[in-house]
Amino acid sequence: MDLFDFKDGREGYYGKYGGTFLPEILHSTIEELKAEFRKAKADPAFWQEFMALMQSYSGRPTPVTHLANLSNQLGGAQIYVKREDLNHTGSHKINNVMGQGLLAKRMGKTRVIAETGAGQHGYATATMAARFGFESKIYMGAVDVARQRPNVFWMENMGSEVVAVTDGQQTLKDAINECLRDWVTNMDNTHYVLGTACGPHPFPEMVSWFQSIIGREAREQILTSAGKLPDRIFACVGGGSNAIGLFQGFMDDKEVQLVGCEAGGFGPGKGNHASRLAYKDASIGVAQGMKTYFLQNDDGNMLETHSVAAGLDYIGVNPVLVHLWEEDRVRFEAVTDAQVTEALKVTMRSEGLIPALESSHGFAQAIIEAKEMSKDEVVLINMSGRGDKDIFTIADALDDNHWKEFIKQKADAYSSEA
Amino acid sequence: MPLNNYLAERKQALQTSKRPAMIMTHVVCGYPSFEANWKALEIMDSFGVDLVELQFPFSEPSADGPLFVKANQEAISNGVHVNDCFEFMAKVTAKFSFKVIMMGYYNTVFKTGLENFMQRLKAAGAYGFILPDLPVDEAGELHQLARELDLAPIVLMTPTNTDARLEQLASCANGFIYTVARKGVTGSGTNMNTQVSDFIQRCQKFTDLPLAVGFGVSTAEDVTFIGKHADIAVIGTAALKAWEANNEKGLRDFFTQLLS
Repeated sequence: MDLFDFKDGREGYYGKYGGTFLPEILHSTIEELKAEFRKAKADPAFWQEFMALMQSYSGRPTPVTHLANLSNQLGGAQIYVKREDLNHTGSHKINNVMGQGLLAKRMGKTRVIAETGAGQHGYATATMAARFGFESKIYMGAVDVARQRPNVFWMENMGSEVVAVTDGQQTLKDAINECLRDWVTNMDNTHYVLGTACGPHPFPEMVSWFQSIIGREAREQILTSAGKLPDRIFACVGGGSNAIGLFQGFMDDKEVQLVGCEAGGFGPGKGNHASRLAYKDASIGVAQGMKTYFLQNDDGNMLETHSVAAGLDYIGVNPVLVHLWEEDRVRFEAVTDAQVTEALKVTMRSEGLIPALESSHGFAQAIIEAKEMSKDEVVLINMSGRGDKDIFTIADALDDNHWKEFIKQKADAYSSEA
Repeated sequence: MPLNNYLAERKQALQTSKRPAMIMTHVVCGYPSFEANWKALEIMDSFGVDLVELQFPFSEPSADGPLFVKANQEAISNGVHVNDCFEFMAKVTAKFSFKVIMMGYYNTVFKTGLENFMQRLKAAGAYGFILPDLPVDEAGELHQLARELDLAPIVLMTPTNTDARLEQLASCANGFIYTVARKGVTGSGTNMNTQVSDFIQRCQKFTDLPLAVGFGVSTAEDVTFIGKHADIAVIGTAALKAWEANNEKGLRDFFTQLLS
């Protein structure tokens, strides 16, 4: 099944969702990007170049790891994990970023801009810009700058300018708006490296294509290591790029259940979470370049969202996934901040793995379901990123006194320097 | 269409006046308040502006510059709803002689319902609408509904468009065409130069509709320049800045220098 053949004649649409909703000034820029992307997608040498780069620079293929301890502890299905955390920069974001970097070079652009929530996409973009010699500017909500400082540190040290966006609710959506404002001014030399499978066409298709590397590898690996296809696959969904990346590898395997795990935050109720599909607080709208489900009020203005994971704290969702959800191909569930923290603790203790708070949403839902499954069943979780970046947030969630003491000492040392 | 007829009359009237171009101004509904909006509109009316854009506030105003972003946000946090904007629009069109164009983002229309929104616009006395994030490729159904109600869909032309695209845009347009003088968001300055006039000339190859020139118009010289090459000068951010600086007096002084 090809999600991107647009056989109903509406390019960029997945069922009712998707499209290109941008100011007229960007029309020719988007046309140029579409044309270059079409050429690249049709050119086997481009994918070869991309694969070679990901192998030599990012350590692909990333492995699939069997979590025997956790599986035994839960007493249910065998749990396997696709290790996107082992990429350079610590998440799947680099797959998309390197792909778009190669495209930007083909288009002759000299500058890249990107939005970032958790900072992983910004971090990956800063890396790519340094490697390819692009000037780069990363827009990040001021709230996210405060909660993801370690990533800001690395972006700046790799030569990117990081702008803290103080509009709106100062998170991912506001960073996207700011990127659009930059792009309408600087499109001649600038490529907008959108970080997730959202926004105007061709971004959902393009990002899905680069991220499909996850699913292509994972299908082969799980067949080898588990000896069968997984019964269920779990991936967290913010914008939805790691999920669509993994799911694509199993799209034709109808017996494999695909489960998208959203940010349940404090639980159901408008303003408490960032779950667009699992909870019933969202409705169809048009914003940020696309038609999809948004957390919005009756006037079409966006609601506040909440999640412990900055990377999932987003109002909209990948239009491809919405279509697959309506077609009953993908199931959506939401897990709360509290469930996520528990899942992270269990995973660290039983397996020595530190999933990012975003990825921990997939772990939390998988842990709930694996318990009820039989021992010969197999589940696969996408560990889309590593949790090191979340040290401040996780330390708070765990109320870790040793960490607090260390920070106080460090702060004292800095203030005596000054 | 009523807007076409109105603009034809106003263009005629221009020939016997000293004013170089028609004037369209901009107000964000409910920012800083509807009372302040009303006072600003009284001043605009007293200076004989031809058109006013009433912007319905949206939480994601991605085509706007910092000042209008703030205006949108504060209007929403002051509790301004779509209903309030329609009510205000009805009062405005009943009182003033300028004509009103709704400006906003497509989600406001989409969420209200296309047909419902168009009918309410008509009922509130608007002559047209501008939705900068709705490309013509996605606007077929809405434009059809608008035609049935004699509402003009205002289309934007930009310097980055190809000739083929300009032709397509012209075929979807009615009332007037909003030509974007430069790249970027609303509110930063534009040098009115030959690049702008060349662009306007290029647009004129594809349409006979009046052309409005927006983005960064702030001085009498800008208006004179626009009058020489196009039809309507769009005054957006500069007027709001003047209001922010010194309320009614600031706005009056601004229009005095602009239109003297």
